[in-house]
Amino acid sequence: MADLSVRVCGTDFKNPIIPASGVFGYGREYEELFPLEKLGGIATKGTTLHLRTGNLAPRIAETPSGMLNSVGLQNPGIDHFISTELPYLLTKDLVVLANIAGATPEECAEVAAKLEDTDVHMIELNISCPNVKQGGAAFGTSCEMAAEVTRKVRAATTKPLVVKLSPNVTSITDIAKSVEAAGADAVSLINTLLGMRIDINTGRPILRNNVGGMSGPAVFPIAVRMVWQVANAVNIPVIGMGGVSSGRDAIELMMAGASAVQVGAAIFTDPYAPVRIAEEMNDWLDSKGIKSVKDIIGTVKPW
Amino acid sequence: MKYTQGQYIITEKHAIAREIYSFTISCPEVAEAACPGQFVHIRAKGYTLRRPISICGIDKEKGTLRIVFEIRGEGTAEIAKLNKGDLIDMLAPLGHGFTVDSSYKKVVLIGGGIGTPPMLPLAKAYGEKAVAISGFRNASAVILQDDFRSTGAETALCTDDGSAGIHSFVTQPFTELAEKGGIDAVYACGPMPMLKGIAAICKEKGIFCQISLEERMACGIGACLGCACRTKRNDEEYFAHVCKDGPVFNAEEVLW
Repeated sequence: MADLSVRVCGTDFKNPIIPASGVFGYGREYEELFPLEKLGGIATKGTTLHLRTGNLAPRIAETPSGMLNSVGLQNPGIDHFISTELPYLLTKDLVVLANIAGATPEECAEVAAKLEDTDVHMIELNISCPNVKQGGAAFGTSCEMAAEVTRKVRAATTKPLVVKLSPNVTSITDIAKSVEAAGADAVSLINTLLGMRIDINTGRPILRNNVGGMSGPAVFPIAVRMVWQVANAVNIPVIGMGGVSSGRDAIELMMAGASAVQVGAAIFTDPYAPVRIAEEMNDWLDSKGIKSVKDIIGTVKPW
Repeated sequence: MKYTQGQYIITEKHAIAREIYSFTISCPEVAEAACPGQFVHIRAKGYTLRRPISICGIDKEKGTLRIVFEIRGEGTAEIAKLNKGDLIDMLAPLGHGFTVDSSYKKVVLIGGGIGTPPMLPLAKAYGEKAVAISGFRNASAVILQDDFRSTGAETALCTDDGSAGIHSFVTQPFTELAEKGGIDAVYACGPMPMLKGIAAICKEKGIFCQISLEERMACGIGACLGCACRTKRNDEEYFAHVCKDGPVFNAEEVLW
């Protein structure tokens, strides 16, 4: 058995696998299938100051080796999260990353401030949701806005602050450096890539929101590239995600520089994916005689 | 157990109409837990998203489920390639099913096209107390009529072009039945315009009505919030989810 534990921002994870925000709700639905303790952590559904109803359906479309979604941050609001969902998750032995979002930097800070008196382990600030009209990706596509929202949230919380970055930018390394300078303790990437499908028989976009976020195995090489570039550009940890569907993918992303790995769309194909991926990582490390997964982080030898 | 994921053997496969297949699947623990109106979420090899298919038969003694589905696109075409003896990967049974009440004396089951299969477990549950109205595009799309008759239910068949049964939409024989009265519940699954029409008649007549909805879906268990459906709860608009809150809803909850 290899040692799968990792440490990110001073927080210990028993393994590097974390279901990504949005695919896993607050964990309850998957507890029916496996104990949540098998996970290193959980990134909870993006939560805002007030309840959000989200976008009209259809919100989901299949794409070659992937999918689009335009849920639009449907969530019950931070007060419900703190009163009902968080206490349940905190009874489990895993790291809870509360994913938060807002329409303005002030709103993001207010959500973070509400979490300050809870025992949540980390905050993941979503500055990259492509499916909401205000805030969301608008924060994540300019260095100034990304820095401003990070600064405001930083001032509102002493929790480890992870900022989740959008890939829909010209230079993700510039955004990463901006949020690092503004006080982020780590970055996570990549959020979904903006995409679109059209039903050619009706001439209508499949998604009611017209466009949505693309994820799944098709985006994996983009994730590897961006994680590698960002890991080489900043001095804070990188949590990698984007199309990971096997233990080999997770190893690859860690070699590119990720300290932990989030798993998203793969869970829709195989609900046991996070558990299977951790096991496959262990098997690969054992087969190579590598004692700790920490020993592979950022070890890619570029040409 | 509420639901589980696993690989199960297909024990029977039949092509029952053009691009419509019937699978019988040996899955004792799923069959034991399943209720009419629930669905199974099937992995299609090479595709990211599973495909939700309604349950058409539950045999708890034999430990089998039956599903009947139509090839709608690449995913269902892939599932249709599976054969007898192959393993099928299912996350099941999922969703909130129909309310079955043994005190009801007369119920009407209305299926339109590929919305017909989920009506069959209800016909089995209600037997002679049920009238099963089925509507199809034409004679070559007609499915499951012998299965409905074998449950003891009274049947009525409609086609859009008159090539089999009555030349009408399902709403015509249903309206006639509703006029006679004495119906305790109506259950329906099919195209949205059909469901909307049935719900309107039921509302006018004050008949309890449940409908089964369809939506593009990802997780299937209520986590990802992909399959939103506008509903009304306690007089407030609420985005319910077809996979967990449904697929069966009380018709009066749904905001069309």
